[in-house]
Amino acid sequence: MAAAILRRLTVLTPAASRRVAPLPLPLPLLARGISDSTDAITVETSAPFKSHIVDPPSRSATTSARELLSFFRDMSLMRRAEIAADSLYKAKLIRGFCHLYDGQEAVAVGMEAAVTRADAIITAYRDHCAYLARGGDLVAAFAELMGRRDGCSRGKGGSMHFYKRDANFFGGHGIVGAQVPLGCGIAFAQRYRKEGTVTFDLYGDGAANQGQLFEALNMAALWKLPVILVCENNHYGMGTAEWRASKSPAYYKRGDYVPGLKVDGMDVLAVKQACKFAKDHVLENGPIILEMDTYRYHGHSMSDPGSTYRTRGEIAGIRQERDPIERVRKLILAHDFATAQELKDMEKEIRKQVDAAIAKAKESPMPDPSELFTNVYVNDCGLEVSRPHLVLRIGPRIAELEWAKMNK
Amino acid sequence: MATASSLRAAVPATAPCAGLRSTSAASSVRVAPAARGGRGRLVAKADAPSSATASKSDGHELLLFEALREALIEEMKLDPTVCVFGEDVGHYGGSYKVTKGLADMFGDLRVLDTPIAENSFTGMGVGAGMKGLRPVVEGMNMGFLLLAYNQISNNCGMLHYTSGGQFKIPLVIRGPGGVGRQLGAEHSQRLESYFQSIPGLQMVACSTPYNAKGLMKAAIRSENPVVLFEHVLLYNLKEKIPDEEYVLCLEEAEMVRPGEHVTILTYSRMRYHVMQAAKTLVNKGYDPEVIDIRSLKPFDLHTIGNSIKKTHRVLIVEECMRTGGIGASLRSAIIDNFWDYLDAPIMCLSSQDVPTPYASTLEDATVVQPAQIVAAVEQICQ
Repeated sequence: MAAAILRRLTVLTPAASRRVAPLPLPLPLLARGISDSTDAITVETSAPFKSHIVDPPSRSATTSARELLSFFRDMSLMRRAEIAADSLYKAKLIRGFCHLYDGQEAVAVGMEAAVTRADAIITAYRDHCAYLARGGDLVAAFAELMGRRDGCSRGKGGSMHFYKRDANFFGGHGIVGAQVPLGCGIAFAQRYRKEGTVTFDLYGDGAANQGQLFEALNMAALWKLPVILVCENNHYGMGTAEWRASKSPAYYKRGDYVPGLKVDGMDVLAVKQACKFAKDHVLENGPIILEMDTYRYHGHSMSDPGSTYRTRGEIAGIRQERDPIERVRKLILAHDFATAQELKDMEKEIRKQVDAAIAKAKESPMPDPSELFTNVYVNDCGLEVSRPHLVLRIGPRIAELEWAKMNK
Repeated sequence: MATASSLRAAVPATAPCAGLRSTSAASSVRVAPAARGGRGRLVAKADAPSSATASKSDGHELLLFEALREALIEEMKLDPTVCVFGEDVGHYGGSYKVTKGLADMFGDLRVLDTPIAENSFTGMGVGAGMKGLRPVVEGMNMGFLLLAYNQISNNCGMLHYTSGGQFKIPLVIRGPGGVGRQLGAEHSQRLESYFQSIPGLQMVACSTPYNAKGLMKAAIRSENPVVLFEHVLLYNLKEKIPDEEYVLCLEEAEMVRPGEHVTILTYSRMRYHVMQAAKTLVNKGYDPEVIDIRSLKPFDLHTIGNSIKKTHRVLIVEECMRTGGIGASLRSAIIDNFWDYLDAPIMCLSSQDVPTPYASTLEDATVVQPAQIVAAVEQICQ
């Protein structure tokens, strides 16, 4: 019996092993009723895909009990983590800028389901969940947010600078739109090395008006780079609604000669379907734009209440009608893959997991003062302690200390 | 200053480049014995003959732009991840012919003709660098790279740090800059000062075919992003360089002319104005020590310091603007480290804080001329 339960709880199968296991969660044995079936089921996406100069994929998406439950778990973990970050920010443990992703989880999770870790993902500053989706460590994420030594960027990046090189997650960028050419560069390298992999290059509705985006798109199309530009359209660029910033808010059409798809970004299956389609498309044909119609519940960042430029009614309405987690919950319940109580218990476990990660992250100390100078250059060339004449450029006091150290 | 005096004996014996992989067998050759002279001994040519004297074979003569090209070809043959991005670098062969013939040799993907989109193709270079390639990004004129400033500063310079060391950006950003022959204000910019504060970047300036090739190779091999400043007026300089392979040290300065009376620190085109002034100075009985600093960031305070300890007088001659220029930083670095060795205030001759005018007389007045250098040395050595 125990063996049977353990088998059902194992997430790695030949099919799924190419896609690394979802976010780790020690499922308690009391969740014995949850289905782990990999039998294919077909679900219709919320709406057909709108397309620009390309034939859209079908709205019939294939999934399974196991996959839906992993979606539920992953999105719930992200939701819980972002809300916990909100509390940490208010408690002044997270400082500076903190851009939360709650509401948009389906984009990160659906995308991850369509690709492998050999494919690359790059995004802007609303990056916590992309990091987690790429297999990032929860403790390292919170430690980074709090500027601690064990943070994923050693405490030196902060909220806007999460990266995970071994998972081909390229960050984490603070300047709006500047990551788009980087993503095209990554795709260039993929083509150059004939890797057969693709890059998902994420940006927002605000960044969609950046000139460098169109420059990069032109080059990507010219050289048929395997890049998918993903516009996470949450309809507000900080405080400005899309219709006040863009002459044409139909971002999926803005590529002109580059095809595009409009996707319901609150439907994880639609996201997965579109990303799968896009990956196959770009390997043959060059770039494509995916516009994810999504929504953020929080304001642009923790400094923005998020209610001066939109009504609370609008936010509540989206939560009621389109919440990505609720959508999957309804699907799971409708197919009887788990009971409502089991899902609630899962959420409770997730909450505990997040709390435990935060507690562990809080134990991590601040970075050592010497970390101020590490990683400026590779091999710290230019600031090596063994070359005091270069260290002396920093200032006499530090030089004195270094010199004293050298001459002990 | 107590702090500085406790550092009096500080300059270490080890040469700066120990342990860096940029040096190889025939590396960073300093002035060969033949050229080192006593009082009244001139270096006949403007550039150090160290290269040919040190080489085992006869060497071969070429122009500076050909030296850069030779370096690129050698590195692209050695390492398949080295590629070139830029406007008209491929089929056209490069606006200054640095990449002439490379597209035929290596193909269109490795020698990529980009559209006129500096911001994004520099960004693409950074992304490609993060993913394991080693792009050499050419700005047709350094001034155009201002359009890519955000990419150079925030992404190129900072990503190694903000990712906690995960990503390296082994980019080379190169191109001609400086004041040319009546090219107009926007094509005659001196941007060393604009880039020098960017953390994470290294900056070098080449001035001879010998150091151009060596620095280009070193820059390509460096794991750090390196900005290589070339000068529009120096591309046709001719020199004999060694046949055997050599790589110079990015962080090392070059002793052009040893001397006793005053240390003249310079780089790029001004090196030639300094050497021209040196002829006059020698005739007047002065013995200037001329150092081409080459490494604009970080400074080679080892070589510079040793020189100051000997001469006790410093003149900086640069082409960039006075305000916030390389000279300004160098001056404060010297004051911080070598105050006790100075017998006179540090003089700094920079070009004027004006847009480069078109009229030839005004353009000449924008940059430092040999006569001003002579006058400055006379003043310092009073």
